Amino acid sequence: MSEPESGPPIARRVMLSMLGLGAAGIVTAPFVQNGWERVLGAVSQHDPTGLSGLLPNPGGFRYYSVAASVPRKTAADYQLEIGGLVERPGTYTLGELRALPQTRIVGEARCTDGWRVPDVPFAGVLLSDLLDAAGVRAKGKAVRFTCFDGVYTESLTLEQARRADVLIALDMLDEPLTHEHGGPVRLYVAPMYFYKSAKWLSGISVTDKVIPGYWEEYGYDVDGWLDQEA
Amino acid sequence: MTSTAGSTRRPEPLLRRFSRGERLVHRSTAALMLLCTGTAACLYFPPLAQLFGRRHLMVVVHEWSGLLLPAPVLLGLASRAFRADLRRLNRLAPYDGQWLRAVRRGTPGPRPAGKFNAGQKIYAGWIAGAVPLMTFTGLLMWFTRALPAISRASAIFVHDVTALAIAVVVFAHIRLAYRDPEARRGMRTGSVTTAWARKNHSQWAEEPGQRRTGSS
Repeated sequence: MSEPESGPPIARRVMLSMLGLGAAGIVTAPFVQNGWERVLGAVSQHDPTGLSGLLPNPGGFRYYSVAASVPRKTAADYQLEIGGLVERPGTYTLGELRALPQTRIVGEARCTDGWRVPDVPFAGVLLSDLLDAAGVRAKGKAVRFTCFDGVYTESLTLEQARRADVLIALDMLDEPLTHEHGGPVRLYVAPMYFYKSAKWLSGISVTDKVIPGYWEEYGYDVDGWLDQEA
Repeated sequence: MTSTAGSTRRPEPLLRRFSRGERLVHRSTAALMLLCTGTAACLYFPPLAQLFGRRHLMVVVHEWSGLLLPAPVLLGLASRAFRADLRRLNRLAPYDGQWLRAVRRGTPGPRPAGKFNAGQKIYAGWIAGAVPLMTFTGLLMWFTRALPAISRASAIFVHDVTALAIAVVVFAHIRLAYRDPEARRGMRTGSVTTAWARKNHSQWAEEPGQRRTGSS
């Protein structure tokens, strides 16, 4: 039986062209991406519609939450609990945290999903100050963080937690942390991927070993150092 | 449907357009595509991410609906009717050139086409290339260390840009279907009216050996 329609194989050619284009995209992505970011940066500055926000853009923050909904907390009802293997467990209100010596760090927020925001100022209390105030017992080797979204958890070794670039952040971009960015209080671990910087922080607990956090249970590195991957 | 007594219209013969298997392939592909793009939107756009949260669930549904997306088409290869239509989709006939020229110039009126018009042929080829590309870059994002030569950032960039293109193209596909109830009926019931086929797929309607089924 002769074919009812004949001619050049158009669909196959289009398909192979698309695959070729994709391969070329993967090869040239490192070069194209910077230009694309610049173009988008310029476009979004003159975009009253906000539609440019829908374009693929590795620059700019994105909102991630693992919980279905996250309660809002303000200075009135926020509490940060410190416990576990410490001499003096206790809680801090937002006011009490603000009254402590504040440190400002300008660092990068880089997500494993490819977006990054350079030069973001965070300010707050050094985690090491809070640990010293609570008095870590000799058996304490790691710190576990819990969040008032009720789901997320994170962890650091005691050595990492004592670094001078690990903050209990109260401000971001020189403004009080908003709910969308994990406010009123979040963790900021400057030298690591942003998933380590737990949002909506509500509890700090010193433990005798590292308990992997939420994404780490799903295969993320417990030590999320930034320089592993360029 | 039977024509009622006193009907002024002559009962119109229907043409068989899609087999049951083909419609099943289309329906399951559409369902998987909706799941995949819907969860993608919930992962990607901050307002939707804030509304729906549950990031891990979205990731799992996105990954698996994406992986399964080609399955209906691959299973459909077992169907003779589906294979025959793939062959038709692949061939750019001389009248397809006329169809493309008419679209480019915006000429009004019917354009010649076989069972599928030139636009549908290009769409089929394009999406058949775009989906494996998404699968490949998606797997690279999933299994980060599988191919160290390709950086995660590159895979994400290609995945994001192609996703945007797919969103535009699939939206256009749905919009064209929305504007043509008869075409939708063909995909839903498997049959179309001869009048619609003569107007939109003239070469196909004229083919000998068309199966006519009942009347409307």
